[in-house]
Amino acid sequence: MLEIKNLNAGIEDKDILKGIDLKVNAGEVHAIMGPNGSGKSTLSSVVAGKEEYEVTGGDILFENESILELDAEERAHKGVFLSFQYPVEIPGVSVTNFIKTAINETRKAKGLEDMPASDMLKMIREKSELLEIDRKFLSRSLNEGFSGGEKKRNEIFQMAMLEPKLAILDETDSGLDIDALRIVSNGVNKLRSKDNAVIVITHYQRLLEYIVPDFVHVLVDGKIVKSGGKELALELEEKGYDWVKAELTA
Amino acid sequence: MSLKDKLLSSYLTFQENTDLDNSIHDIKDEAIKIFEEHGFPTRKDENWKYTSLNSLTKPDYSLVSHADDAIEFKDVKKYFLNDIDTYKIVFIDGVYSSYLSETTHDGVDVCLLSSALTKPKFKQVIDVYFNKIAKKESLTALNTAFAKEGAYIYVPKSRAVNKPIQIVHFSTGNEANLMLQPRNLIVAEENAEVQVIERHQSLNSNAVFTNSVTEIYAGKHARVDYYKIQNDKENASLIDNTHIDQQESSEVSVHTFSFGGKLTRNNLNFYQNGEHNNSILKGVTIIEDKQHVDHNTLVHHKQPNCESHQDYKGIFDDKSTGVFNGKVVVDAIAQKINAYQSNNNILISDKASINSKPQLEIFADDVRCSHGCTIGQLDEDALFYMRSRGIGIKEGRALLMYAFANNVLESVKIPQLKARITNLIADKLGVNIGFDL
Repeated sequence: MLEIKNLNAGIEDKDILKGIDLKVNAGEVHAIMGPNGSGKSTLSSVVAGKEEYEVTGGDILFENESILELDAEERAHKGVFLSFQYPVEIPGVSVTNFIKTAINETRKAKGLEDMPASDMLKMIREKSELLEIDRKFLSRSLNEGFSGGEKKRNEIFQMAMLEPKLAILDETDSGLDIDALRIVSNGVNKLRSKDNAVIVITHYQRLLEYIVPDFVHVLVDGKIVKSGGKELALELEEKGYDWVKAELTA
Repeated sequence: MSLKDKLLSSYLTFQENTDLDNSIHDIKDEAIKIFEEHGFPTRKDENWKYTSLNSLTKPDYSLVSHADDAIEFKDVKKYFLNDIDTYKIVFIDGVYSSYLSETTHDGVDVCLLSSALTKPKFKQVIDVYFNKIAKKESLTALNTAFAKEGAYIYVPKSRAVNKPIQIVHFSTGNEANLMLQPRNLIVAEENAEVQVIERHQSLNSNAVFTNSVTEIYAGKHARVDYYKIQNDKENASLIDNTHIDQQESSEVSVHTFSFGGKLTRNNLNFYQNGEHNNSILKGVTIIEDKQHVDHNTLVHHKQPNCESHQDYKGIFDDKSTGVFNGKVVVDAIAQKINAYQSNNNILISDKASINSKPQLEIFADDVRCSHGCTIGQLDEDALFYMRSRGIGIKEGRALLMYAFANNVLESVKIPQLKARITNLIADKLGVNIGFDL
């Protein structure tokens, strides 16, 4: 589904990603772990199409086609979804109106008619129940005054509504208490299928107890320095990132 | 001959043809003297530094329309709010149109200023309120001298007008250049309530210059909501002078939606003459091309324990220009005042500009006054967030701009009007954002 080949990217002359290779197949869950500043969020932004980052080398293939030249919205239309580490507050646009616009814009790009209002309402009801979201919450301005947990739940709610093929969850566990973590993870797990894939970007192993990955990759200084199964996350938790770094310099 | 000279020389003929009480003639004579002395303001006046009336005062204006000005309702229906029942006071080229209007004298008076100025039964109210609230400055005085017609709304004690009132001024363009000077008087006595929607609309591209004056009196505990829709054609210019006298515990809101017109200047003056007043001043400006919108506000806190809330948002494209000059005066006696003022602007084009100037003159020591002003571009992070969810750049921008303006709409109390304004905004932004509101 996703194939990243020798990806080099940076911002304003600063190299951040220095040759990333990653292959994610449908049905898989990959975790990317790494210390602060290793390039985790840059990687997710570059895949989602944030224009501030300049790709200086390599390629990103989605379903065997390069998406480097595509705008962020075109990538979204193809089925790429990024759950933000810091979701942006948009006062004046309700959660419902935002998600309706997003869904219908995506449908328009595919040559489809707007989703009938009754289907939309039904879907909103189902998915908000899945994430234990109160109906009142949906009429509030997007992310404005939301707690950290509400913001993240709202991200996963949007993911549930948009049904992406590839979901990248950037530090979705940060700022979550244990209950919110359970709800969010539960939501993600229910959305997993053999047809879609998830990349979980996280600093800590904690989230991976709930969303169990098939593969774990360790990102240090813009490179994937170690890959393995889910047990690698536990090892990292126990020994810390310095262990990987030490191994590298050894 | 300059426009000023033309107006001065037309004044006598104008008065001779007007059948008015002597006291009104005296008011008008006094007013024309003020205009004669001061003339049209120039950019040398501190209050007019960023708005020049030069191009406006050049054409040779007709002061009355000579042609047959009949228009069909079906041709102008779209300029009315039609999905709710309203009273309507409609003027065509400054002349009252009875067939487009719906007035009343049932418990409240919703009718014509010309009737009120000439008929004895209104004399008592006219003597107390007409030209008493208005500032004695040049443009208002010019209007006072020439004004014959406009809306007269009188709401007696503890009465509420049962539906909103639309005041609509059409100009047909039958004259190449037309100058109009409508005059409105709105009196809400103690505990009375009224909602007014005002619109100026030209029907073709000929030049029209409107110098409008509205006086609003809000008695004790009265509530007045006034909405101005300024979405006129490219050669229509408007100077709106609104003067508001608030008595104890009254609440007055003025919302100004400026979406079009060549030059629009809003002189909005609130005088808080009683305690526990609340004054609400809100505006959304969305303009393009070479359009110019200037908001000049004054809130004069003359009594303690009052509030004022000013919130103006502007979106400027192309070479359009905006001005916000918001003055708050707090007299020494006016303790415990909460005065808020905010002016936020988005410049879409490099060539658009906004001059924003808050002015606070505070003579009391126990007050809370805040003011804030921002000028910026659209939030790129927010735009990326939306694009990453599949919302294209054009729709994303529209959504952000809509969101930016939205909190000003929240205080609009007439849902159908709110929906109409939302549609106008979507229309201005060139996108159908398809919200249900």
